Amino acid sequence: MSFFKKLKDKFTEQSDTVSEKFKEGLTKTRDSFSTKMNDLVKNYRKVDEEFFEELEELLISSDVGVVTVMDLIDVLKDEARRQNIKDTEKLQSVISEKLAEMLHKEDEDGALNIQKDGLTVILFVGVNGVGKTTTIGKLAHKLKQDGKKVLLAAGDTFRAGAIEQLDVWGERVGVDVIKHQAGSDPAAVVYDAIQSARSKGSDILLCDTAGRLQNKVNLMNELEKMKRVIQREVPDGPHEVLLVIDATTGQNAMSQAKQFGQATDVSGIVLTKLDGTAKGGIVLAIRHELDIPVKLVGLGEKMDDLQEFDPDTFVYGLFSSIIEEDEEE
Amino acid sequence: MAFEGLADRLQGTLQKIRGKGKVSEADVKEMMREVRLALLEADVNFKVVKEFIKRVKERAVGQEVLQSLTPGQQVIKVVHEELKDLMGGEQSKIAVANRPPTVIMMVGLQGAGKTTTTGKLANHLRKKHNRKPLLVAADIYRPAAIQQLETIGKQLSMPVFSLGDQVSPVEIAKQAIQKAKEEHNDYVIIDTAGRLHVDEALMNELEEVKEAVKPDEIFLVVDAMTGQDAVNVAESFNNALGVSGVVLTKLDGDTRGGAALSIRSVTDTPIKFAGMGEKLDALEAFHPERMASRILGMGDVLTLIEKAQSTVDEEKAKELEKKMRTMSFTFDDFLDQLDQVRSMGPLDELLDMIPGMNKAKGMKNINVDDKQIGKVEAIIRSMTKDEKLHPEVINASRRKRIALGSGTTVQDVNRLLKQFEEMKKMMKQMTNMQKGKKKGKGFNFPFMQ
Ligand SMILES: Nc1nc2c(ncn2[C@@H]2O[C@H](COP(=O)(O)OP(=O)(O)O)[C@@H](O)[C@H]2O)c(=O)[nH]1
Ligand SMILES: [Mg+2]
Repeated sequence: MSFFKKLKDKFTEQSDTVSEKFKEGLTKTRDSFSTKMNDLVKNYRKVDEEFFEELEELLISSDVGVVTVMDLIDVLKDEARRQNIKDTEKLQSVISEKLAEMLHKEDEDGALNIQKDGLTVILFVGVNGVGKTTTIGKLAHKLKQDGKKVLLAAGDTFRAGAIEQLDVWGERVGVDVIKHQAGSDPAAVVYDAIQSARSKGSDILLCDTAGRLQNKVNLMNELEKMKRVIQREVPDGPHEVLLVIDATTGQNAMSQAKQFGQATDVSGIVLTKLDGTAKGGIVLAIRHELDIPVKLVGLGEKMDDLQEFDPDTFVYGLFSSIIEEDEEE
Repeated sequence: MAFEGLADRLQGTLQKIRGKGKVSEADVKEMMREVRLALLEADVNFKVVKEFIKRVKERAVGQEVLQSLTPGQQVIKVVHEELKDLMGGEQSKIAVANRPPTVIMMVGLQGAGKTTTTGKLANHLRKKHNRKPLLVAADIYRPAAIQQLETIGKQLSMPVFSLGDQVSPVEIAKQAIQKAKEEHNDYVIIDTAGRLHVDEALMNELEEVKEAVKPDEIFLVVDAMTGQDAVNVAESFNNALGVSGVVLTKLDGDTRGGAALSIRSVTDTPIKFAGMGEKLDALEAFHPERMASRILGMGDVLTLIEKAQSTVDEEKAKELEKKMRTMSFTFDDFLDQLDQVRSMGPLDELLDMIPGMNKAKGMKNINVDDKQIGKVEAIIRSMTKDEKLHPEVINASRRKRIALGSGTTVQDVNRLLKQFEEMKKMMKQMTNMQKGKKKGKGFNFPFMQ
């Protein structure tokens, strides 16, 4: 029970708009997941093979990923045997505990690595259409509200209208955008942006990049080059390389995380479009297999639809109706 | 590719069966479990998988597999056939209205690729059907979505109709049709804003556009990487609008694309086209059979062959053959070859398309690294004209200079020179062999070590 209590405390502690917003965005996820979970428990009172098969399906339907699900089921089976749990209702808490364990890493700070002094450079990478540019707009807004001086680099020189798109965001948020002509070398844009950030005394530079599929070697090389330019100009940079992943994505997100990770040393994930019905379960699989933390969550297309990822809130969101029932008992 | 294909998956079970001589029902069950996992890893929706397995199992436990001498092959065949059937026939036809213009409406989630596909479709209609499309910018929400379509229009030298972002999409669509009539555009393609299928207000807006312009086609654009949610998305859009066709985008990636199967089984709408790249000519007819192979990780030999055919220039191929025969193949020709191989796409991807060429299976030592190719290229580019034509003049000091100039080592240069010599010999043998119709040993390109 202490596990739920801890979650609950943590959650009520920060009953500000942040978690409300997050919870709201997750309502659909939570609803479908926990209704199913409840159905599952009601339909299968006995902890047996059939129950586990059903649970496996439930997790798979959330895009958790087969490998992760199977591992998790194995752990649960062991645990059920060890604790001699025969009643599915009793197993519920074990299930949520194990899921939370997967997302929780001890002594982990989910916050972005923002330098106290000097320039912080953040590079955004990902496949086409996942929400890189939008996330940059939203994050710029958030950082500006925190009192930071933010600059944007229009590093997507390839896609039609991409520079204009970032420009609109710059205007909306009220931050400058460094841009070159369409079709020009993105590494040169980043180089210029760094010089400009220095002379303007900016705190944070957010670099947009063109979307690219992770199996295109030449494009991945281009990304490495951009990263090298940053490293050369800002020796401890980039301070974050954020891989943007669309929550609607299935198993391919794993391949994205692997290959972008190899090319650019991804330091965190932004999970976008969680305001839809996609479950975002892939977070678990990526955490489980690659140990890349999720740092931000996209919950819509508006300026303030970006939240920090909080594993506890995430789990709470997934299981809140179960937790509430638990408390009533 | 990250996941094992079905054939690899079945290996374990097959090994067990091999000694027994007969396949039991339990064996079939085990094989079905592997089929299920392969499909789930490919992102086929779990409900769809369930139905599918039921059907395949019936066929499998029925006579076909149990009595077969090659049960593994038989299972794969049955699965492949069923998948292919589910996927439907090839249907890349686009409607033609009795009275022009024909109106096509593009719909889908955010970031699926609607705008790019709008451009590709227009290009396809002009190139393949000699049509004169008008593109319509009805995404008034996403920043610079209109500029994106306008840029695409410019790239294609095609007209784009826009009323800015302060006029409703319904109004834009209506006026666009009027405009098309005046300008004698026989097709109108309306690019709409991406939206969530659960966003009632925006879904209503689409219904209003539909009501206002009565489109002849409504294409749902879906990202091939979509996971389990694909069924919900397809179902919702289809229920609200009555989708007439699906375009699956980003299939040039390394996703298995199980969403294709999910969409097919919940909407019964044909998948008409596949987006295969960011360029505006990267739109292909959707091939159900290839998709079935791809979902099963069975390699896509057909695509590979087609790619090779479309990439390798006929004239050049003939010239090359002559050079091979006469032994006048030079480093310049070799560079040319490299470029051609390259323009077919990343080598890893090409290899993935060949069955059995899975990287997981001991293919690692065949190092088809694009970096390696880059090295080879750099070395050749550091040679003088004369050296490229007559590699025999490359002595020790020249080797040193080439290594220095290409940022490689003398060993690298030596290796390439040696391999090139061997390759030339091999080519000679091969061309001789071809005449004698004997099977060649095959030769390695210098980047396959
Ligand atoms: N519903 C929703 N849409 C989003 C979110 N993030 C981005 N988008 C939309 O997804 C589409 C693609 O975003 P964009 O930033 O252009 O992607 P990029 O190609 O990765 O830069 C746009 O229509 C965005 O408005 C999100 O969190 N929720
Ligand atoms: Mg972008």
